[in-house]
Amino acid sequence: MSNADIKKVTTHISQNEGLIFEHSSPGKKAYRLRQLDVPAIDAAAELGSALRAEPADLPEVSEIEIIRHFTRLSTWNYAVDHGMYPLGSCTMKYNPRVNEVVARLDSIAGAHPYQPEQASQGALRIMKTLADQLIEITGMDAITLQPAAGAHGELTGILLMRAYLESRGNPRKKVLIPDSAHGTNPATAAMVGYEVENLRSNERGMVDLAALEAQMNEDVAGLMLTNPNTLGIFEQQIAQIAEILHRKGGLLYMDGANMNALVAKARPGDFGVDVMHLNLHKTFSTPHGGGGPGSGPVACKAYLEPFLPKPIVVEAADGRLSLDYNRPQSIGRVRAFFGNFGMHVRALAYIMANGPDGLRQTTEDAVLNANYLRKQLEGTFELPYATPTMHEVVFSDKLQNKQGIKTGDIAKRLIDYGFHPYTVSFPMVVHGALMIEPTESEPLEELDLFVDAMKSIAQEAIDTPELIKNAPSSTRLSRLDETAAARKPILRWKRETK
Amino acid sequence: MRYLPKSPAERQQMLKTIGVKSIDELFAPIPAEFRLTRDLAIPPQMAESEIVEWFRARADENATGFDIMLGAGAYNHYRPLVIDSLISRGEWFTAYTPYQPEIAQGTLQAIFEFQTMICELTGMEVANASMYDGSTGAAEAVMMAIRVTGRSEAILARSVHPEYREVIATYAKYQGLPLTEVAFTETGRVDLDALDKAITPQTACVLIQSPNFFGTIEDVAAIADVVHAKGALLVVSIAEALSLGIVRPPAEADIVSLEAQSFGVPLSYGGPYAGVIATREKFIRQIPGRLVGQTTDRNGKRGFVLTLSTREQHIRREKATSNICTNQALIALMVNIYMDVYGRNGIKELAEQNLAKAAYARKTLGAKAKVLFDGAPRFNEFVLQTTEDAYEISHRLAARNKIIGGFPLRKFYPELGNAAVWCATELTSKTAVDAAAKEVAAISVSEVKA
Repeated sequence: MSNADIKKVTTHISQNEGLIFEHSSPGKKAYRLRQLDVPAIDAAAELGSALRAEPADLPEVSEIEIIRHFTRLSTWNYAVDHGMYPLGSCTMKYNPRVNEVVARLDSIAGAHPYQPEQASQGALRIMKTLADQLIEITGMDAITLQPAAGAHGELTGILLMRAYLESRGNPRKKVLIPDSAHGTNPATAAMVGYEVENLRSNERGMVDLAALEAQMNEDVAGLMLTNPNTLGIFEQQIAQIAEILHRKGGLLYMDGANMNALVAKARPGDFGVDVMHLNLHKTFSTPHGGGGPGSGPVACKAYLEPFLPKPIVVEAADGRLSLDYNRPQSIGRVRAFFGNFGMHVRALAYIMANGPDGLRQTTEDAVLNANYLRKQLEGTFELPYATPTMHEVVFSDKLQNKQGIKTGDIAKRLIDYGFHPYTVSFPMVVHGALMIEPTESEPLEELDLFVDAMKSIAQEAIDTPELIKNAPSSTRLSRLDETAAARKPILRWKRETK
Repeated sequence: MRYLPKSPAERQQMLKTIGVKSIDELFAPIPAEFRLTRDLAIPPQMAESEIVEWFRARADENATGFDIMLGAGAYNHYRPLVIDSLISRGEWFTAYTPYQPEIAQGTLQAIFEFQTMICELTGMEVANASMYDGSTGAAEAVMMAIRVTGRSEAILARSVHPEYREVIATYAKYQGLPLTEVAFTETGRVDLDALDKAITPQTACVLIQSPNFFGTIEDVAAIADVVHAKGALLVVSIAEALSLGIVRPPAEADIVSLEAQSFGVPLSYGGPYAGVIATREKFIRQIPGRLVGQTTDRNGKRGFVLTLSTREQHIRREKATSNICTNQALIALMVNIYMDVYGRNGIKELAEQNLAKAAYARKTLGAKAKVLFDGAPRFNEFVLQTTEDAYEISHRLAARNKIIGGFPLRKFYPELGNAAVWCATELTSKTAVDAAAKEVAAISVSEVKA
């Protein structure tokens, strides 16, 4: 259809804006320092040869220009606050405002990580409460909040696995990773000194038990499994998978990227998982912030607890909280201080707002939304696996390939329809994948608009394929040259020399 | 549940469309024995007002309205109000990694500006889009040096933040990467002779921090000469980024790992912060993390994209430069805004104020106890050695004066006795310094009497 007929969006005026450096002019400023209440010093005398000769060439601008600059730039971004952001495995859910308010309370945002424990009881209580609730949610026995992101949690989890196996005499050599896994999984295993061995999926999109049985031996430390996996499919033979690993002394690591399909409905600790990470920025509503900060707590069974990073928060009989550093078997630290505390605050506020029934309804709605989209789009797009799916669904671009249209093209056209694209070309087990995760945050109206958009694009693929190949046509910029960017990288602005 | 945008009737309608009778059918793939049939044992739903109340009560259990004379890797600087005003726009904080450049130019351009500012501050040629924090950034910098040089060992200065060294040790443990430490002299600076002896043909890099954990500014040029003479790389970690406003940048370094928290990022009990790796252009293919580059679109307009992603985990999997996936985009945005507020002159003037406050604190506290490591320049921290236990002083200052005192060093540097590293920033008032000096003096005097 023509862009004018699209229901969700209309083009409107968008402000142009240069780089902040291009607004700079000597003498402009956006600050005023306090009056100095101590004697001024002579920096040159104080620092000697350590004195900086030339100031850093930072912009000189006024406050209104800063406000306009970043407001204008912000309007060029798509965000969850605009509409559905169906990136598969990214769980782009609503970010509640109360989270932001409580994280900014003076004595929370202003707490120094090394202020004495007796002056940090509130911060420690927040960490302890969140830790306890995440343990209940995952069905595990212990947890660390220290990892700063999902991939950092994976690193921590595999380190725990290795330390545990080493304590039993043999760290082993390999980690098994399904072909549908996120790239962070193999990259993580390599960082902990493990060889990566690929594990095939079966025709139903699940772990091939026979292959696992054949590949599992005393050289294998364990399996890194995402469950539901990146196809949105729950590994129905999870108990058998765990059993095969455990029988030969291996461990089951669960990548918790897709935990939004399970919270309050099933607990990894109950189905044989030994260690897992959570993504607070996915499942527990802390904002993605344009790419971070995240937070990746790692939960584990009791036998892995002695190896957790130090310190951990402990509670005395009288209710006083303290940090326990005396943990001789700990893998050590994975980050300075205690992790992304500000994200811990937000995640806890989210759990409090939900309670047990809210969390259950959230998971049910996430699965309901994904299955609704699956039903509505099945047939229009090829569904490579007929197996039931949970919180996300993966289609392929096979039907559109006949017209020379690929998943990346459909994604670009979706932008004209007012949506952020789905995850493109992942997982790699599906050729030309369209990986769609609506989350629970989408009203029926928004889902229907998405269905209309996808069906309309499928029709365009037949009628007017060039419209798709040239998309997006309504954005400020279109089809940026990524090849040129990589061939001759320009990674910073430079002042034009006169 | 107030975050869920559906009526019961709509849910029923959707189930009907899907062709199932109840939501339970959609959960049938989970084997029955693993389906949770009870409520999670967590508190019931709370109203927004109750949540705010609960967190206010926790905030009140933390130190409230204290003067902070503590740094040690986390610095108490003023945060201009425009930062939170701007980053609270949903377009910034509810967006994701800018995978689709057509609808993410805001985030991409802001990161490009950030990378430029980091280069300007550090004297390096390129900078990445940020790392988790200074400690993990330092560990990634060491691993990067291993890849660049093809060597397998690293030397860490003992004056690097102790927790940064612990993180590096954790990262290094299973990569067959031996670490050794090099001592500091009575000036607090790296022992150059010891360093020279410690470097072997297998040394990939030497990691120092400047200003170091004691606040002392290292002689980066002299260290670089020693390191480069043996073909190793010099990695400089900077925990107090504001020092770069007035202190000579570590231009001789090969890799700089910066913790940018000082630039407008709340203390927030230790995080989230933002690390950054900056380096020379020739090492760009070995840098970890995201990079934003300038390009043009098909109409020739300037725009920005994520680039050189063939280094990264989603393409290279187990052969990637790192497993890192996120950056700290929202924190990098705070840093960008902060540097715009202060700009070319403000960063320098602000750094000068820090220098003046620290000089006053050093002189005032130094009149009552011993300041260690004289003989080398410092930025805004210094080490004070007392007759009394540093934890005792800290407890008393908190209880009596609402002051958070220096960081006791006994745990990490027992050889320094009763010592603590103190910090003064532009927010440290003369009144607080004078009060702290009285408290330190009170005990020193009473101890003398005893």
